Amino acid sequence: MSALLSIERLETGYGLSQALFGVDLEILPGQAAALLGRNGMGKTTTLRALFGQLPAWTGEIRFLGERIDGRPTERIAQMGLALVPEGRQIFPNLSVTENLSAFRANRCGTAEPWTLDRIHELFPALQARARNLGHQLSGGEQQMLAVGRALMTNPHLLVLDEATEGLSPLIRRELWNVLARLKAAGQAILVIDKYLDELLRVADRHTFIEKGRSVWTGDSTALRDQPELWHRYLGI
Amino acid sequence: MTHIVLETDRLTKRFGGLAATDECSLEVVAGEIHALIGPNGAGKTTLLAQLAGELRPDSGRILFEGRDITRLPVHRRVAAGIARSFQITTLFPKFTVRENLALAVQARTGHSFDGFGVVADESDLDDGAEETAAQVGLSDVLDTVVGALSHGRQRQLELGMALACRPRLLLLDEPMAGTDPEEAQAMGRLILALRPALTCILVEHDMDVVFRLADRISVLVAGRVIATGPAETIRTDPQVIAAYLGAEPIASTESIR
Amino acid sequence: MSHRPQTPLTAGLPGPWTAIAVVVALALYPLAMHAAGQDFYISLGSRVLIMALAASALNLALGYGGMISLGHAAFLGVGGYAVAVLAQHGVLAAGLALPVAVIAAAVAAFLIGAVSLRTRGVYFIMITLAFAQVFYYLAISLPRFGGDDGLPLAARSQIPGLALAGDLTFYYFVLFTVGLAFVLLYRLAASRFGRALVAVRENERRMAAIGYPVYRLRLVAFTLSGGLAGLAGALLANLNTGVTPHLLTWHQSGILIVMVILGGAGYFWGGLIGAALFLVLEEVISDHTEHWNLFLGLLLLFIVLAAPDGVMSLRQRLGALLDRKKVAPARETAP
Repeated sequence: MSALLSIERLETGYGLSQALFGVDLEILPGQAAALLGRNGMGKTTTLRALFGQLPAWTGEIRFLGERIDGRPTERIAQMGLALVPEGRQIFPNLSVTENLSAFRANRCGTAEPWTLDRIHELFPALQARARNLGHQLSGGEQQMLAVGRALMTNPHLLVLDEATEGLSPLIRRELWNVLARLKAAGQAILVIDKYLDELLRVADRHTFIEKGRSVWTGDSTALRDQPELWHRYLGI
Repeated sequence: MTHIVLETDRLTKRFGGLAATDECSLEVVAGEIHALIGPNGAGKTTLLAQLAGELRPDSGRILFEGRDITRLPVHRRVAAGIARSFQITTLFPKFTVRENLALAVQARTGHSFDGFGVVADESDLDDGAEETAAQVGLSDVLDTVVGALSHGRQRQLELGMALACRPRLLLLDEPMAGTDPEEAQAMGRLILALRPALTCILVEHDMDVVFRLADRISVLVAGRVIATGPAETIRTDPQVIAAYLGAEPIASTESIR
Repeated sequence: MSHRPQTPLTAGLPGPWTAIAVVVALALYPLAMHAAGQDFYISLGSRVLIMALAASALNLALGYGGMISLGHAAFLGVGGYAVAVLAQHGVLAAGLALPVAVIAAAVAAFLIGAVSLRTRGVYFIMITLAFAQVFYYLAISLPRFGGDDGLPLAARSQIPGLALAGDLTFYYFVLFTVGLAFVLLYRLAASRFGRALVAVRENERRMAAIGYPVYRLRLVAFTLSGGLAGLAGALLANLNTGVTPHLLTWHQSGILIVMVILGGAGYFWGGLIGAALFLVLEEVISDHTEHWNLFLGLLLLFIVLAAPDGVMSLRQRLGALLDRKKVAPARETAP
């Protein structure tokens, strides 16, 4: 099967200071992949490069078989790459329904696109708050809205950057369950998070980044069996 | 004998029809780390903002060391001995660590309306800044611009800014936000070292952190305290499990730490 | 001692040698013009110095304090009209007229600031503009202020032993007065007060949280800024031997903002450089074409594009380019 997303030997940085020194990452259709590593090692930078917010210095990024490095962010998003950004960044002065419906698109061309009703079914809390403005939502509801908004574009690949940060244990659990359901339904996912046990449950493939390089890639079984990897690359 | 440092008496704050803080009564004992937990939207942030003075409650009272501070503005509460840190790092990113901390020292030592002494001559600000930097482990980056620091170190400075005010009560709003496990551990050690000289109110979602650091825990649901007690009691309280921790609580997060 | 990088707290402050060089150059300027037979340029020099003071006064509020006032013409006007009204009543002594002008403008700034500073952002801009318009309409509608024609000054203010009527003497009087105001501005910018003001601009919420009375700090800065603008207005009335309502128009407020941004908001010399550049360009271009407004506008646009943070930021930007290889911290969360 050909890869949905493949990043090869990616190097980039800020201004003159290099932050990535060779990142490789591959995601197959329907796969859930996790990007792991300590803070400051290059996870968010990799996402910035993926979404065209930073130019790739060398290496290449292919999505659906096409080179996307060098393309502007909006073109990359239109191809079916959706980001749930760190800090949610929902529109505070739009209602929940407006936050969702403004993003309606069918970028992966599915026969059953996401609708408001289906989002409500996935996150019942959002239905109850449909008419509330974004800034009136609790942190957990905002996070659900950010995920719902990304799904409304029917992306080929859903990308989540620290989506469970600042959530209470119950809501966090609920979000992981939603991700597991999405994956079971065939949605490809790339997730950055710090909760290793949940990643082991939901993701098929894990890549560690250390000092701007991808240093280990493997499946959940391999990762579960090698706690020394957790210690070396996460400090736990 | 225990000494109550902070007390809220039926504190209420409404936004429109919604009571974000609903007759909330809370007692914080001298020298303890008192964690405030609760589901997202339970009103923890709103309560903290009222304790810090950024929001005015609609009714109820806040007593600090026996004194009614309900109507005091933020800067007067800082002078009285209450300082806070922010969940979202709120620093001066273009200034150096030294300059950040010196600002807090300057506020404490007064004379901020002194328009004639040139600051570069004043070493008392420097001394105060260096002292706090050492306390939070930032001595090696005193002259580094804050924006260039790693997230974990910015979180350390976030704590340092509050400490430089020399508070007796510290309000910590998710001090571990965005940190990785190692950084979180370092932060935990810093907070533990503050005890018992300082009383802390700690808002935090990471249950592992809460159970490790807190002497007592209050659980906030819909703007009210539904339970207060030591970790063992809270961990097994059926009401708390239903509202917050969930059926299979901390086992999942503990495996990773 | 370790290397301390330039930050917004220290970047704009001048060294002593720069200050001495600036003073010497400004002191020699009229002598050079006189020697070259270009006496007209002496009074242009006075105008530049006065507007430099007005722009620097605005810079204290706008650049250091982050308070974008579109109403500073009001303070210029209050200062100017104070001198003219006093002169009408026979009070010509500079030692009385100038302090009265400063205090009147400061009181106006205090009152306007006390209301306006409760708002933020675009509301603050609009409310300061609205207050300034009130002063403008007051001046044109009250006959005792001369209405549309304004008030002529029978003579320049008087100082025993000095003949301010002469352009050269008046230039040195302006240089001395503006120089004193700049010393005051320097002390303000370099003091604890100045630091706190810049820090409030950078992060108001944190400043409150570490114990600063943010509103009061801003109000004090705004009042001082208005008082100094009033001094500039008083000098301007003397330069022009009269005041007209034009001094109070919002164009005037706009020009002051342009000068500050051109020179560099939050840089100590920003007001001086901006005023000099603006007035000299205006003078030179209007000598050659009647469409000088168009060319001046294009030129200003070009300067602002080349130096978005003002001319004074260029040195720092060049320095940063040269330094770049030395300090390149690796980090993930760049802006």
